[in-house]
Amino acid sequence: MSATETNRAIEATYRIEAPRLIAGLTRIVRDVGLAEELAQDALIVALKHWPEGGVPANPGAWLMTTAKRRALDYFRHNKMAARKLDALAYDIETDKDEPDPDAALDDDVGDNLLSLIFTSCHPVLSTEARAALTLRLIGGLTTDEIARAFLVPEPTIAQRIVRAKRTLAEAGLPFEVPRGADRDARLASVLEVVYLIFNEGYSATAGEDWLRRELCDEALRLGRILSGLAPAEPEVHGLVALMEIQASRLDARIGPDGEPILLLDQNRSHWDQMLIRRGIAALTKAEGLDGTPGPYLLQAEIAACHARARRAEDTDWSRIAALYGALGAIAPSPIVELNRAVAVGMADGPAAGLALVDVLATEPALKSYHLLPSVRGDLLFKLGRMNEARSDFLRAAELTRNAREKSLLEARAAACDH
Amino acid sequence: MRFMMIVKASRESEEGQLPTAEEFAAMGRYNEQLISAGILLSADGLQSSAKGFRVKYNGAGKTDVIDGPFAETKELVAGFWVIDVKSRDDALAWARRIPFSHGEEVEVRKVMEAADFPPDLVPEEAKEAAWREANQKPITN
Repeated sequence: MSATETNRAIEATYRIEAPRLIAGLTRIVRDVGLAEELAQDALIVALKHWPEGGVPANPGAWLMTTAKRRALDYFRHNKMAARKLDALAYDIETDKDEPDPDAALDDDVGDNLLSLIFTSCHPVLSTEARAALTLRLIGGLTTDEIARAFLVPEPTIAQRIVRAKRTLAEAGLPFEVPRGADRDARLASVLEVVYLIFNEGYSATAGEDWLRRELCDEALRLGRILSGLAPAEPEVHGLVALMEIQASRLDARIGPDGEPILLLDQNRSHWDQMLIRRGIAALTKAEGLDGTPGPYLLQAEIAACHARARRAEDTDWSRIAALYGALGAIAPSPIVELNRAVAVGMADGPAAGLALVDVLATEPALKSYHLLPSVRGDLLFKLGRMNEARSDFLRAAELTRNAREKSLLEARAAACDH
Repeated sequence: MRFMMIVKASRESEEGQLPTAEEFAAMGRYNEQLISAGILLSADGLQSSAKGFRVKYNGAGKTDVIDGPFAETKELVAGFWVIDVKSRDDALAWARRIPFSHGEEVEVRKVMEAADFPPDLVPEEAKEAAWREANQKPITN
């Protein structure tokens, strides 16, 4: 192996170990930023020693021991309180030299990693900062990769991460998996970040940097890690199911010229069946757990209704309408209600859908939302009320900022004249 | 990107020998690592080729069926993992960790993705989806 290949192999090993390494170190030093620096120091030592001595049998344990020694040096240098120093020294001395093949199954390791995820997604940080820090610490992305994926200048991301680490250090938060009443809110904060990362990737258009779309895979990996660490949380499985099923359509939702293709017009043979199956398996896990279905689980159920329909006309719209109803009951939103109206329009006919849409007509949040007149126009068109349909399509065309969608809506308006 | 790690058959696997308890446990731990890293998409072990058969397509709808076992052991497949990782380097690092140590061989191949095909080559009909639906068992892990 050439020196470059050796280095790349070492760096790949480091990427595999880094999240657990940083998590374990944060447990000891109580500072995410410092933990990451110590982990990187250990990588530098590995890059120096492994090419000669070979990769150790348990590289994770080797990196951890090395990083802990660096921690001890650091604290000695900074004249840390004697009591803490003793504890750290004890911890390092009692560290097993023997490889521990069960490390991955160890509860402490899992707990540390979960604590790290909860910390990097802590609500004291802005959502953007949480996303950047999580991609850095758990996903192992470089600041440059994060910047390219989010279409933001690299210094902005670098600064965002530095500030996030500082905020966490200054807040003096306990490094732990939250329990009790706090847990639900903290978990929601984690899931929000994972889904934000996913959606950022999902919104990437053809021709954009592939790293943007890679965010979907990154979010999926994060979600799958979480479902291993918190297997009793239905919303974790719900989110994983939602992401797996949505990701299954990634290749079908953009046409050859980069134009978006709506769900019902997609070529379903392009849907990734492996991801659909994984999504439905995650859904089954969530359904097997206690508790009322949360928003992710309900959205996943809706996504699964589409995934299960071999052809668009096989879609179970009554079930989708009922699921939107349940979603609106726990997370009321005019957008959810508009979606319910579409589903009701498909299940019970355009008149029933129109009745629901007309209730939303005065909704201030939808005042300039092009999909409201677009949906209304479609229902009116189906009812044969062409004049009204035309004016709604034109209104929607006026509101949309997407040029392709605009021309599509104008074409629909023109079709009302026949 | 997805990679398939293909385990080549061995005399033992072709004889239908099951792994020892230790080997089984080590493989379980490895699979657990793949799962906890969020990268395992699918994995299965295959029965010996004696329980399989080959089909040759001679054109005009004619086929020949040849029952196993097949002789060229090293060319046969005994099992696989499909993993989703960031890079080829990461796939290699994970492959190196497979707990084999008796001369086994694993071949790692990159899975074709839609982006690897010219758009007009992708089948336009739902045939492929239907085929997968009918032939692939649900993933339950």
